[in-house]
Amino acid sequence: MPVTDVTHDLATRTLTITAEFAAPVERIWQVYADPRQLERVFGPPTHPATFVEHDLAPGGRAHYFMTSPEGERYYGWWKVTAVEEPKRFAFDDGFAADDSFAPVEDLPVSHNVYAFEAIDGGTRATFTSTYDSAEALQKVLEMGVVEGATSATDQVDALVAG
Amino acid sequence: MDAVADNEDRVDALFHALADRTRRDILRRVLVGECSVSALAASYDMSFASVQKHVAVLERAGLLSKRHHGRERLAHGEVEALRSIASMLAELEDLWRGRIARIDDLLTHDPHAHQE
Repeated sequence: MPVTDVTHDLATRTLTITAEFAAPVERIWQVYADPRQLERVFGPPTHPATFVEHDLAPGGRAHYFMTSPEGERYYGWWKVTAVEEPKRFAFDDGFAADDSFAPVEDLPVSHNVYAFEAIDGGTRATFTSTYDSAEALQKVLEMGVVEGATSATDQVDALVAG
Repeated sequence: MDAVADNEDRVDALFHALADRTRRDILRRVLVGECSVSALAASYDMSFASVQKHVAVLERAGLLSKRHHGRERLAHGEVEALRSIASMLAELEDLWRGRIARIDDLLTHDPHAHQE
């Protein structure tokens, strides 16, 4: 499994997940720079993502929607805040009501930093997502972007050990 | 809609309660076993009133319950409430694990970047 580390920070509502891929940094960057490749990884199989606009440059925007099995569309946008090709980029990710992709003011925005560094035999990727509030985190989960069964492992110890 | 708002308020209260180190420590103790509020207070280098406030925040978040036993108030942790937060973060983690597996898959089947 390429995932090497996961950190849940309850106080800042931040999820940090680290993974190692057997491909050079430039190849990983290309997954995010090319919307056709990004679509193949961003949404779960039950809710595929479609990017209708995509500009991975500082100040650039991406517009996407995810389609539920019932055909319902969930609209979202990125605002790219920093780009350091091919090592790192940062963006805000928020919700839109419809295909105008206008941000919905009272819906939450997450702040994301994706960083890639060369390691022996490939790339170490660190994905960090921070949510402004518990509501933001919950909303993201309600959007139907979640796949798979919730981990049934007893997380209580890990949680309170923080 | 009210049910949704109530639920979101509840989740906010959960995160607020867990964002403090002392409250996490109190919770850890009361999850292990019932504990009187005065015994809890004696464990911390702070006033009884301060510890009581922390206990009250945990109680409002549904993470801790109290019952009277003679003159004592005994506190115990609510494991189910804690599980709901843990499962929320676990769900998000599952999403990420899925994405990372798909990236890995894409790299395996399509090792060379497309030139646009």
